[in-house]
Parts: sequence; structure tokens; C-alpha cells
Amino acid sequence: MRYFRQCFILMLATFFASSAYAELVIKVTEGNDQPTVIALAPFNLNGIKVNENITDIVAADLSRSGLFRLTPQRDMLAFPSQPSDVYFRDWRLLGAEYLVVGSLSVMPDRRFELEFSLLSINSQRIQFTHKVRSPASEMRDLAHAVSDKIYQAITGIRGAFATRLAYVSVIREGDDFTYRLQVADADGARESLMLESKQPIMSPTWAPSGVELAYVSFETGRPAIFRQNLLTAERQQLTSFKGLNGAPSWSPDGTKLAVVLSKDGNPEIYTLDLDSNKLVRLTRHFAIDTEPTWMPDGEHILFTSDRGGSPQIYKLKLSDKSVKRVTFKGNYNARPNIAPDGRTVAMVHRSSDLFHIAVLDLKTGRLLQLTETTLDESPSLAPNGAMLMYATKYDNKGILAAVSIDAGVKYNLPAKRGDVREPAWSPYLR
Amino acid sequence: MKTRINLYASLLSLAILTGCSSAPVYDNDTTDIDNAAVKTAQVGSADVEIVPVISDLATVFYFDFDKALLNAESRGALLEHAAILKGNSRAVRLEGHADERGTREYNIALGERRAAAAKEFLVLQGVAGDRIEVISFGEERAAAFGSDDEAWRLNRRVELK
Repeated sequence: MRYFRQCFILMLATFFASSAYAELVIKVTEGNDQPTVIALAPFNLNGIKVNENITDIVAADLSRSGLFRLTPQRDMLAFPSQPSDVYFRDWRLLGAEYLVVGSLSVMPDRRFELEFSLLSINSQRIQFTHKVRSPASEMRDLAHAVSDKIYQAITGIRGAFATRLAYVSVIREGDDFTYRLQVADADGARESLMLESKQPIMSPTWAPSGVELAYVSFETGRPAIFRQNLLTAERQQLTSFKGLNGAPSWSPDGTKLAVVLSKDGNPEIYTLDLDSNKLVRLTRHFAIDTEPTWMPDGEHILFTSDRGGSPQIYKLKLSDKSVKRVTFKGNYNARPNIAPDGRTVAMVHRSSDLFHIAVLDLKTGRLLQLTETTLDESPSLAPNGAMLMYATKYDNKGILAAVSIDAGVKYNLPAKRGDVREPAWSPYLR
Repeated sequence: MKTRINLYASLLSLAILTGCSSAPVYDNDTTDIDNAAVKTAQVGSADVEIVPVISDLATVFYFDFDKALLNAESRGALLEHAAILKGNSRAVRLEGHADERGTREYNIALGERRAAAAKEFLVLQGVAGDRIEVISFGEERAAAFGSDDEAWRLNRRVELK
């Protein structure tokens, strides 16, 4: 498909009014050139007091994906809230291909329920009617669940709007640094603080359960790997070996971490069994071996090594510890992050001395550069593999940005204050 | 489960075929959402001791991009440090750093490699290895800010403390 640059910028600042720290703001910088036109009739709230604008959140989700263009509300002739009220002709004249209508109600247990339908205007059919229920306080979750359902019905790809991001924010005041481990919704809203420290925090990574993170903290004066539960804030120090303790990556079954330790002289990759604390050394080389990431099959690990003279990505087979080089183009390929399909690898790729994000197809060997900015790092794929989040610099500030894996859709999530970096996209949370 | 889905799918298509757009067609697949608020943890206390600088000799040693080779200037200064260290019993710390280019975990490893090169030099001069602690901050603790050659040069360093 062919894409061209469309510089439409959406300032969704009102979404982030309640957040206290870095505060991410979304700016869409590039979109698909043939988006599906969808009309979102404002949901009928039936007089219920709601603390978020559900319709606007769904609209923002769909726009941000770059695959949809929303019909402006001011052009709509009516705001139907159920399929029986829909005059298909009106919507066809507006050029809409799909229409979403819905209505909110309060359940006996005080939870809110949104019943909504997706209608195909051309075929004059109801695609589906679905109900989403949530506590009154979780209207953003409810809205993202609606977006996921619509996205999947139209694109055939599971939606990843109801997911989260973990990232590190840093605020510098003179010689004083404050590092924060933050978690926010995938749209940057509802930022919450997991940990604050005067010493560096690095390398957050999600457990497959979506309720725990592993990360590196220097709070003891040295790097150490911790795990922390998001919901209880309970945390545990997992390693404190001499030298490096870094780059944790959770195994797909959640029982192990791949980690980097230099206790035996130089950086090597190990697995740490989270039940028994048993360590197994996987690499044995005088070069730097780091940035392990588990492949979805649970049987291979991708990692960065400069054993060939420059940093390149290698694939390690756990059963026999054999190692095979997978990147050959360019003299700096590092920090692999693999898509759920087990085939697409996102990485940091240097080209003409600039650091970009690229994706490599393991089957065909095709490498596609996704970004044109410099100093791009820390790619992290969404659980549906359709987009990835990465860190870059804009105006000398660390910001997060997203790009689709065909490079057609791009948006930025700059922080209002300080630098943000090392985004980690959560797995599906439901 | 699959048969159920198929059943609903056929009910759905039946409803569509009958051409009614008035009655809602349920997919009988309600999404229930629970509250999942994030809580904040507290960091432990650091046991870091800041060791004062040994003398007015150079205590910062610089490196080339993605390299851990000590230059002549650094080797000269480290020779003098070795002589002083052999005359006392104090412990020192070598902190390795990298510039912001490249990936963070790779840079932590690179910083360690640089600090280890300085340690090896001191040990070869007769300083006991167990008196020298090596720690790497990678690109996490910049000495100079900005994204230019000069800032990068100042950040590719080992600090003796």
C-alpha cells in the first residue's frame, strides 16, 4: 500500500488533566492515506453522570491507529443511540462506511453498562451488538474495550487500546536527578507512579501476566534487578551480584527471567528461575552479550553481542546453547524486540551514523527502516504487533513515539515535563 | 466453546438474513472490566559512600565511540595513581560511562568494559584488585548534556573516585 505524509495534529490535552508527573500528550504526525471512514454518534448517556467522555476516547483511539477517519459530529443530522433509529441514507451521504451507536445504563450492582452496535452503512447491516460493563470509575477502560471491539471487527486484527505502557521519566534540576518508573494507559492517560528514586531506573519489562514488571534500579548504589507488582506495589530484589545486573526479559510462561550478569568477568546471559532462584549460564564469550529477549516459542532467545566486532543480533537455542547471527546489514544492530508472530524483530539500527528503529523479517531477511529521526532507541511492540513504541529525542528532550510496522502511521507522546524513555508496551490485559 | 461461537455466528447471520436492523443482535460476549489501579512502591535506602578524590591528578579518562582502549594521557595519569595507591591502603571506585548513542543496556556493558580496562591497568602496576571496585552507569549519568560531538566526547569516560 502507498502512503503519503498527512500532517494532521491532534492535541488531546484535555485527556491528561489529572496526571501529575511527566504527562504524555499525543500528536499524530502521519496517517494512512486510505483510512476507513467511521461515524461515531455520541453515546446516549441517558442522564447518567460520567467522569470521562467515552465517545471522545473511542474517537481518539481509532484516529491514533491511523486506519480510520472520523466523521465530524457537527456534520451529523441525528445522534441515534440504537440501530432501529438509524437512517442509513443520511450516513451514506456523509461518506461514512461504518457507524457506531450506543447507550449507557446503570446495572443493579451500580456498575455501568454500554450497549453499542457497529453498523455497516453500505450493506445496511448490524455487524455486532456488544455490551461492556465496568465500575463507574473505570470509564476509560470501558471506552478502550469499545475501541478494541470496533478495531477488530473492521481490521480483523485484535485491538491493543486497552493496554498499558511502562516507561522511565527523568527530571533534572541542576545536579539533582529524579528517576520515576511510570505506568500509563497506551494513550498516555492515567499516568501512575510505580517507583521514584534519586538513582537510575532502567529496562522495565512486563511479565506475561500484565500485573508485574521487572526492572533495574541503582538504589543500592549498584545495579540490581527487581520485580514489582503493579496492583499491590509489593517488590522483591532478585539479583545483586558483583558487576552488571541488567536487561531482564520475562519468559513467555512467566517462570523465568533472562538476565545479564558480569559476575564471572564480562557480560553474559543467564536464565533465573523465579521459583528456585537457580541460575543457568547461556553464553560464554569474552565479548559483550546483552539485551536478551525471549522468542514467543519459549525455546529461543535473541540477544545483542559484539562478538563479531560490532553489535549485532544473535539467536540462541536454549536446548543446546547454539548461537546463530541474524543481522548482517549495517554495523550496529541491537536491542531486539520480537513480535508475537515470532517472525518480526524490531531493533535499533544504525545507518549513516544515525540510530533508527528498523524491523527485520526473520523469514525473508528483509530489513525495513521505520524512523527517520536520530537517537531512536528501545523499540517495544504492541501485543497485536501492529505498532511499536520507541524513545527518541525531540528538541533536546527525551520523548516517546509510535510507528506502525509498515511505517505508514506515526504519532508522538512527548512529556510536558522532563525526559521520558524506555517504553515497554504491556501484553493484553484481559 | 467453539461450537457455541459457531452457534451464535449462525444465529447472527440468520438475523442478518432476515434483514432486520431494529432488534439488537447480541454476540453474547460481554466484556467485564475490573478495577486495576496502580500502587506506588518505596525504594530502599542506598548504602553508597562517596569517597573523596585522591589528588589533583586527572581522575577522568576519555574513550573513543564503542571503544574501551586507554589513551596515552590516561595511561600516564593512571601510572601516577597506581604509585600513590601502592603507598596507602584505601579502596577506590572506577565508574564507567558511555555517550547517549546506541542502546542503554549495551552502553552499560560498554561502560563496565571501560572501567575494567582502567582497573586492569592499575592491577598490572601492582595495585591489589580487591581494592578497586568497578561500576558502570552506561549512559544514565551524563557529565555533559546535549546531543553533539563535544557532549558525547565528555560522556565517554571512566571516573576514578
